[in-house]
Amino acid sequence: MSVSANSTGTPLLEVEKLKVEFDTRRGLVQGLRGVTLSIGRGETLGVVGESGSGKSVTAQAVMGLIDLPGRIASGDIRWKGRSLLGSDGERYARDIRGKEVAMVFQDPMTSLNPVLKIGTQIGEVLERHLGMTRAQARNRAEELLAAVGISAPGRRLDQYPHEFSGGMRQRVMIAMAIACEPELLIADEPTTALDVTIQAQILELLAELQQSLGLSVVLITHDLGVVAGLCHRVAVMYAGQIIETGLAEDVFERPAHPYTQGLLRSTPRLDEVSDRLVSIEGTPPNLVTPPEGCSFQQRCPLSGEACRKAPKLEHIRPDAEAACWRPSVPAWATPLMSPTFP
Amino acid sequence: MLNPVPAQPPAPPLLSVQGLDVTYETGAQGFWGRPKAFKALEDISFDLHPGETLGLVGESGSGKTTTGRAVLRRITASAGKIVFQGKDITHTKGEALRKLRRNMQLVFQDPYASLNPRMRVIDLVAEPLLVHGLIRHVDEARDRITELLRIVGLPADAHDRFPHAFSGGQRQRIGIARALALQPEFIVADEPVSALDVSVRAQVVNLMQDLQRELGLSYLFIAHDLSVVRHISHRVAILYAGRMVEIADRDDLYDHPIHPYTEALLSAVPVPDPRTQRQRKRIVYGGEIPDLVNPPAGCRFSTRCPLATEQCHKEAPKLSERSAGHLVACWNR
Repeated sequence: MSVSANSTGTPLLEVEKLKVEFDTRRGLVQGLRGVTLSIGRGETLGVVGESGSGKSVTAQAVMGLIDLPGRIASGDIRWKGRSLLGSDGERYARDIRGKEVAMVFQDPMTSLNPVLKIGTQIGEVLERHLGMTRAQARNRAEELLAAVGISAPGRRLDQYPHEFSGGMRQRVMIAMAIACEPELLIADEPTTALDVTIQAQILELLAELQQSLGLSVVLITHDLGVVAGLCHRVAVMYAGQIIETGLAEDVFERPAHPYTQGLLRSTPRLDEVSDRLVSIEGTPPNLVTPPEGCSFQQRCPLSGEACRKAPKLEHIRPDAEAACWRPSVPAWATPLMSPTFP
Repeated sequence: MLNPVPAQPPAPPLLSVQGLDVTYETGAQGFWGRPKAFKALEDISFDLHPGETLGLVGESGSGKTTTGRAVLRRITASAGKIVFQGKDITHTKGEALRKLRRNMQLVFQDPYASLNPRMRVIDLVAEPLLVHGLIRHVDEARDRITELLRIVGLPADAHDRFPHAFSGGQRQRIGIARALALQPEFIVADEPVSALDVSVRAQVVNLMQDLQRELGLSYLFIAHDLSVVRHISHRVAILYAGRMVEIADRDDLYDHPIHPYTEALLSAVPVPDPRTQRQRKRIVYGGEIPDLVNPPAGCRFSTRCPLATEQCHKEAPKLSERSAGHLVACWNR
């Protein structure tokens, strides 16, 4: 599977050196600290990271959902080469958000309005963005429900969200997202709240839609398995920065950054028996006062003098970048018993 | 196996559950309506041996948490028997039940909700000791608590701090220290790592394995994450809609699943390896878990099962042994 095959010319979405800050009582939290990424047409990018790494903030920034006390401090977000920031950009952004770029949220239980019928909620999108009449919108909504695999869509239109199960609600969310035939779908942990067999159904649906509609997808998740199945390219985030990016096969097979290596080896696998997992001691740094230099140095077994200076995201191979002074060095020994018991 | 058993009769199980049923009542429908009852668990049987981890897996609504609670006697069984350390505890009451609870503890899922934010760590860990009258004042147990905190890998100065000062993983360690305070032999861990981030999850899983080895604990490890369960369990049981569909030694279950539901469940778990994952055959069955208020007659999986026959819709299959220790409830496999 080639990544750049479809991404000739201007990428669909570019995020450049984006910094997002949140003014909180504890001080200024640097949520994003210079994130650069781009997505081409028909491409699927997986953004992986733990809580607080900035993966959702990146998505929210693109969708214009950063609200007070947060703000975009610097950097740029471009859609087909045109900036979405500034007063001109914001007018442009209002036209494309929800229409050309759509988002699916994590929690299908709370993202739908509980007092409106499903048909009304989907119809709203169509009337607002495509100027359809109520009757047209209703017909189209029925088609959309059928497209995301909901049976008896005509009857389902008149039901309320509580009459749908979690998996079905997520299908409704996806139906709303694809209502205006977007070019990019941002899915923020779309399957985290779902059971594993339902997760498989939703991932299958996303893959099908990507094929049939030629969608580009940004899939944000903490689950490395979900990324492995669906994504062409992966970006690994840590403490508000992208620390490694490359083709999915590459990143999983030859992780260069010690954090990526650790993440992969601390994840138990269904198809393998391991005696002990690698455990990355410590916790991610506080983003009010992020450490000087590499943000992973306190937890990194390879850290040394050089790591006091922040490494830049640099090419380690064609199509692969990592932000590390000692990339591709095996960082984790075979784990032993923890030091608690001598 | 950890302890090869000599050619004697095997050691008696620590815990033996036989034909356990749990019934819940739902609210009445309307003012004159009668409350309805539904069976959250039906005919659950399993043994847990000393020093063993039994993984209990199922999707939401399958009854895994109910099983854990029933075994701990937090909810009442409507039928069946729970035998702990050779004694029938199904109907134990009062002081005897309190004593019994010293020996069986619970580790909760959400380390943010399960610790009182107004209590210091030392008070949190000492609380079980106080409640059971083993100490009269926190200060009596200071040394013991220091030791407990060291065992679970918390910093020595953790004593006087409040839960908010700790990360999710550290809070889960506090929860484990609390469960260990009474030196139980048996711990029910209900989704202990599902609220934690990947790298922190590994820390807690490793800690639980170390504690088991050192202290000879037995775990009933309840989780929906099949990869973690494979890693930590010796044996695994799969629940579906309140019934057990399969139970076997870990590798036997993962490498040779027999029940169609187990097969589908395993195939649905994504593997973090693009090449392997793209080649894996996913078995996706449509439909969802049946409503337990009006469960299907016969096998509860029959509404989704591709192998279902007339018999499956009429009569529920019982668990039967297919090879040593591998029990399956299915008519067609």
